[in-house]
Amino acid sequence: MDRVDLPALGLHFALLSLMAIGGVSSILPDMQRYVVEANHWLSPKQFADAYALAQAAPGPNMMFVTLVGWQLAGWAGAIVATLAIVGPPILLTMGATRLNARNPDAPLGRAIRGGLGPIAIGLTLSSGWILAQSADHSERTALLTLLTIVLMLRTRLNPVWLILAGAIAGMTGIL
Amino acid sequence: MPPPQPPIDNTRDTDAPKIGPLALFLAFSQLAMSGFGGVLPWAHRTLVERKGWLTQREFVDTLALGQLLPGPNIGNMAVMIGYRFSGYAGAAAAFTGLVAGPFLLMIAAGLAYQAYGALPLVQQALSGMSAVAAGLVLATGLKMTSTLKRHSRSWLFAALSLVGVGALRWPLLAVVGGLAPFAIAAAWRERD
Repeated sequence: MDRVDLPALGLHFALLSLMAIGGVSSILPDMQRYVVEANHWLSPKQFADAYALAQAAPGPNMMFVTLVGWQLAGWAGAIVATLAIVGPPILLTMGATRLNARNPDAPLGRAIRGGLGPIAIGLTLSSGWILAQSADHSERTALLTLLTIVLMLRTRLNPVWLILAGAIAGMTGIL
Repeated sequence: MPPPQPPIDNTRDTDAPKIGPLALFLAFSQLAMSGFGGVLPWAHRTLVERKGWLTQREFVDTLALGQLLPGPNIGNMAVMIGYRFSGYAGAAAAFTGLVAGPFLLMIAAGLAYQAYGALPLVQQALSGMSAVAAGLVLATGLKMTSTLKRHSRSWLFAALSLVGVGALRWPLLAVVGGLAPFAIAAAWRERD
């Protein structure tokens, strides 16, 4: 593993945060590309593990960046990664609030949402695809991913139960 | 004849009740730490149903604006709601409440992973959890495609960003920067 360049990481995550349309799962592919593929700071498995652990905990989805930062460089990494992801959107939101941008249903707001929505879908599917590539190392794990998709589309189960079921399935050695 | 609206609904926007930073901090901490598998339903339950700080309409409007801005929706909502009730201190308090508990939980998870992550049993559990987590994200993306049915052009933008970022692994800044202007222009031309 190479040494982590925290200022560069902070800058990259801060730029990405401004692209986080529809939440942090849309920028997960680029976080993985930057941290795993371009800089070799984490293995694909460590990255996927961080995401899975964060999904099992309560709190906003975005908090998975805290765990990625922690794995990269302890406390300093956790703080830099978290601030970089939450900081720029907070400032933008404050700005929008100050400007009294009360009406997101105005034509321009609708066009921006309508235009960015499809891109966010492509990015979210990319995230899932990248996570599946490092998580599904056998036919059985691939089947578990598929089963999760079916259950999520067909039922209103809380995803936490599925994560728990996945952990149990793994521990009992079915996978 | 429809029943008269309670007067408070009409005055809320200009005459918001004063809710202090501490109350905001506590409310957002509580909803964040109850939010297994997504915080938004808990935000609705706490802010609209239990505390009555926001009307249904105000919650939906805040969510719509939070979705328009980049970043986590619930984080943007915390800033807007906190600011509305208690200015900058309120915005800071609500957002800190939202992330402080989960931040410490993630550190604890990191410590546990460092100490026990290599154990075979933990490895097996993680392998099942990450297979499920991948399925959760894919299912979210697939669910979102139900909003795409009407215009064939939006399918094109979804497919292009999937190919560029997911398959070719191009940098996101380049892909989104290249696609977004055309996607927004197309949506602008197709507006009703």
